[in-house]
Amino acid sequence: MRLYAAVAVSGFRRHATYRVATAAGVFTNTVFGFIVAYTFVALWAERPHLGGYDRTQALTFVWVTQALLAAASLLGGGFQEELQERIRSGDIVVDLYRPADLQLWWLAAELGRAAFQLLGRGVVPLAVGALAFELALPADPLLWLVFLLSVLLGIVVGFGLRYLVALCAFWLLDGAGVNTLSGLLCIFFSGILLPLNVFPGALGEVVRVLPWATMLQVPADVLLGRHHGAGLAAALAFQAAWAVVLLGAGRAVQAVATRKVVVQGG
Amino acid sequence: MWVRSTMAYRTSFVMMTAGNFLGSGLDFAGILIMFSHIEVLGGFSLAEVAFLYGATSVSFGLADLLLGNMDRVGRRVRDGTMDTLLVRPVPVLAQVAADRFALRRLGRVTQGTLVLVWSLSRLDIAWTPVRLLLVPVMLVSGAAIYGAVFVAGAAFQFWANDASEVQNAFTYGGATLLQYPPTVFATELVRGVTFVVPLAFVNWLPAQRVLGRDDPLGLPGWLDFASPLVALACWVPAALAWRAGLRGYRSTGS
Repeated sequence: MRLYAAVAVSGFRRHATYRVATAAGVFTNTVFGFIVAYTFVALWAERPHLGGYDRTQALTFVWVTQALLAAASLLGGGFQEELQERIRSGDIVVDLYRPADLQLWWLAAELGRAAFQLLGRGVVPLAVGALAFELALPADPLLWLVFLLSVLLGIVVGFGLRYLVALCAFWLLDGAGVNTLSGLLCIFFSGILLPLNVFPGALGEVVRVLPWATMLQVPADVLLGRHHGAGLAAALAFQAAWAVVLLGAGRAVQAVATRKVVVQGG
Repeated sequence: MWVRSTMAYRTSFVMMTAGNFLGSGLDFAGILIMFSHIEVLGGFSLAEVAFLYGATSVSFGLADLLLGNMDRVGRRVRDGTMDTLLVRPVPVLAQVAADRFALRRLGRVTQGTLVLVWSLSRLDIAWTPVRLLLVPVMLVSGAAIYGAVFVAGAAFQFWANDASEVQNAFTYGGATLLQYPPTVFATELVRGVTFVVPLAFVNWLPAQRVLGRDDPLGLPGWLDFASPLVALACWVPAALAWRAGLRGYRSTGS
């Protein structure tokens, strides 16, 4: 356990070194926040209470998206390229010989990275958004804590998904193609494009139970106070269930993949 | 060469091109979902928004195809491989542009063209020779304006070598902004992208002329035809910045 804590801390530190890149990211997130916020204002002016959100809630959704974008790797930029490169080059063999669990190792590093991104790239855009627009942010500190728990669960689910994607490199060698497709699914089904509540009809029903919904939609709804009591517990359980399923699947695929590893080299 | 190397992993290449095509179309899917709830956005119909969307997508796609790899300059400066490019007898800009040239980026151009053609088939435009000519001029000048932004962004990375994300705010951010009618945004923002970073000349101003719309800033009408001049005006400082960056470049190392 201590080992994984150390890995997480080093993941945090590693990303904390890129100060200019973080500032650049904050700038980009803020610019996008403004662009999307204005389009949402126009959309909600035409249809007030679209998807059950009022205007302030819709704007809060926009800025929460920008705050979680980097932490939850909603547009990529997570660990999977690095893991795929290790698989392609054969360095993965060294990792497999280490007295540590491969999946837990990467999960720990990913949580460290996410923690930094949440602080480094999350706080400022949300604060700018709150200054520029009227947002529906809760005053109850307990609700913020539950929100952070929900964010954590969403990040673990995201990790579980992308770990499976990364493992495809054992078969495909070059992971760029699967990464692109996985990124697309994430953009469409997580709610960055539009809140999943706005998706019409049966499509809406389906997208709300897929694992991507846990990454942004559920945490945002928790922060907006749309879940209470048993509903709140159910929302968190929904996230936890997907986390367990995907981490389990990752473990199974990893077992199959490592059995077929052939070390490249002379 | 880079085209052939990406072909080596064929499954991956097919997935990437398809992904690029679908990926750039996702924004449009978002717009379609929006319009499943509404009739007009900022006073513009779906076909009109699609026209704006198609125009910026094609322009941005062309610039991205040719110069989208400029954001690798930061990495090259960091790891010192920029030096390799300097000793070859070919202009550095051309080499950077060809570096990891990605044919899959045709996906965005294709998708943008499809949306543009669809919108033209749905729009009821009173075509005049001027309006007809304005469409290709708009697309080419738009690509040139985006291209200048890419080059300026790359030049900026000679100084701030891990800030390629700032460029995304102007390129991808600009492309997202221009997909929507200018009436959606606050006037200060519209002014900003007209006079500071002149992205409005990519499609907003010429498209308003084609669609027969009034300009929210009330600018003189001849500005609708100024896109080629603006593109030229953008390339001068971008090229100067690039040369200054290249001249000021000191290789890494101790």
